[in-house]
Amino acid sequence: MSLGKIWVLAEFADAKPTTATLELLTAANTFADKVEAFAWGEGVVNYAGVLGDYGVSKLYDIGSLAGSLPGPKVAAAMAEAISSDSAPDAIFFATSYDGRDSAARLSARLSVGVITNVVNLVANGSELNAEHAIFGGEMILTSKFAAAAPQIFVIRAKSFAPEAKEAANCEVVSASVSDLGSTDGAKIVSSHVEERSGPKLDEAPVVVSGGRGLGQPDRYQLVEELASLLNGAPGASRAIVDAGWVPYSYQVGQTGKTVKPNLYIAVGISGATQHMVGMKGSKNIVAINKDKEAPIFQVCDFGIVGDASKIVPKLIEAIKAR
Amino acid sequence: MNICVCVKQIPDPTVTPSLDPNTSNLVRAGKLVLDDSDTFGVEMALQLVDAAGGGEVTLVSMAPNSEVSGIRTGLAMGAAKGILVSDPELAGSDALSTAKVLAAAIKTTEFDLVITATESTDGYTGTTPVQIAELLGLPSVSFAKKVEIVDGALKVERQTEAGFDEVTSPLPALVTVTAGVVEPRYPSFKGIMSAKSKPVTTLTVADLGLSGQVGGANSGQQVVSVRKAEARQAGTIIEDSDDAIGQLVGYLEQLKVI
Ligand SMILES: Cc1cc2nc3c(=O)[nH]c(=O)nc-3n(C[C@H](O)[C@H](O)[C@H](O)COP(=O)(O)OP(=O)(O)OC[C@H]3O[C@@H](n4cnc5c(N)ncnc54)[C@H](O)[C@@H]3O)c2cc1C
Ligand SMILES: Nc1ncnc2c1ncn2[C@@H]1O[C@H](COP(=O)(O)O)[C@@H](O)[C@H]1O
Repeated sequence: MSLGKIWVLAEFADAKPTTATLELLTAANTFADKVEAFAWGEGVVNYAGVLGDYGVSKLYDIGSLAGSLPGPKVAAAMAEAISSDSAPDAIFFATSYDGRDSAARLSARLSVGVITNVVNLVANGSELNAEHAIFGGEMILTSKFAAAAPQIFVIRAKSFAPEAKEAANCEVVSASVSDLGSTDGAKIVSSHVEERSGPKLDEAPVVVSGGRGLGQPDRYQLVEELASLLNGAPGASRAIVDAGWVPYSYQVGQTGKTVKPNLYIAVGISGATQHMVGMKGSKNIVAINKDKEAPIFQVCDFGIVGDASKIVPKLIEAIKAR
Repeated sequence: MNICVCVKQIPDPTVTPSLDPNTSNLVRAGKLVLDDSDTFGVEMALQLVDAAGGGEVTLVSMAPNSEVSGIRTGLAMGAAKGILVSDPELAGSDALSTAKVLAAAIKTTEFDLVITATESTDGYTGTTPVQIAELLGLPSVSFAKKVEIVDGALKVERQTEAGFDEVTSPLPALVTVTAGVVEPRYPSFKGIMSAKSKPVTTLTVADLGLSGQVGGANSGQQVVSVRKAEARQAGTIIEDSDDAIGQLVGYLEQLKVI
């Protein structure tokens, strides 16, 4: 082990750790002797069991946030634990809405930098070298902190495969957060869930995504139908999310979900760098695009140059006819 | 209602980017342009000021070589004035350094709200905005897909994994807007003409009292190496035909997904 202690911000949804959280804990276990986590929520004590299975020996309970957005309180809890206890060598956050906000607040509070968009980490003594995919995943930039712990990393989903450890006993301590005043002013008034059916986009073995090349919003149904025939999840490029054809939760790419399915089918998607970073890790890629120069063809295993509005219905028929 | 919008001026994104082989910083040759991602913030600010019935929009930018062409685009859209921080000392700044500079620049003007994009096109750390908020002691709401001012408070629909949350915050505050939030206007001819005479204040690191605290020399990060990622094997690409569908079905069978 090259590092003494790593902290992980553990995020939960429906009382279960997010997949990204399990990925971060797995990575932390490979680099440090001691892994500790921070979490917020109504019943954080109940999280100790599952976190223990992933090698967490101490859980800082930030408590219910009473409607506050998490960033300020998470950062305060960590900063206060650093000053009253001891600083970790590194802190891992997921590239999630709240992970990014928390890392940014903490970085400014401690006046230490943060390395974002990390897709891999390599230990070099007590330093971690972070790999970051640039230019749509064409190049890998490796960077590190010049000095001063803690090294703060914001890590993209699917960068590590989650793996439980032999169960450890996880002690729960309460993390004190003093009154934050104005920075804690933003409050959640209500939460809205956009329903979607079928497998989760970031976990499905097959993803079929549609883009602007579908031509019109109702053709997205073709994408949904093909996805369901393949037991997959429908996804989208940002162009059609911005245009309001599908909700944001469908977006694949830099600002959307990172997917690594067995099969990714891109329909009418050009393959902009920001889309590619979210899907280039797929095992097999199929592209349907009428422009044979579209960048997506440079990464696909099988491509058809042609009109998606004709090809996809024919494909659906052919699959149904089998 | 006075609103500061942070606007990043970036190398033309349609030109394939490259890295300086010596410093591994992005090569920033040629004229810079207003990051598209920031046009949403400028438009949002203009609409909010309009709805409030008064006030003005100030653009704040940090860029090398006294570059103002991106700021002018935002002024042409309708912003009233610009503040540019430009200083050789700032080369190689990381996100925190950038945030320190922008926060100090924002403090030189009056504001009720700060708007930024969720992430820039060329740097995309996505952390600069909330670092600014922390440095200014402001509440922040990131990933806004709808922004209103209701009874003097900020009301935002914020994207979440599952859908969205409705979030409120007292002003002053910082909000980061997504690309879906509003449809940015194109600058009119009149807008472009009047932008030329709108005031842009240029400040240095010393003007902001940040000498020795920001820039590459004070950035906590170092590039270790740059390498090419493993390239994917080139695949089979065919023109559409009846046979093409048959081949695709065969490919899917071979993958055992059907
Ligand atoms: C900071 C930032 C973050 C971003 N994050 C994301 C992200 O997370 N995800 C994302 O996807 N994008 C993201 N983008 C946007 C990205 O740059 C592209 O604009 C977007 O991916 C384009 O979507 P598209 O491929 O659907 O549309 P286009 O680029 O317009 O491509 C449409 C394609 O459809 C093809 N086509 C047209 N008609 C047909 C037809 N009849 N049949 C078949 N093909 C046809 C065209 O040849 C073209 O290749 C981001 C951009 C920025 C600046
Ligand atoms: N140099 C800069 N000048 C002005 N605004 C900036 C600058 N850098 C970042 N920002 C703002 O912060 C957002 C996020 O940037 P980034 O952290 O680079 O992803 C940008 O979209 C801008 O709104």
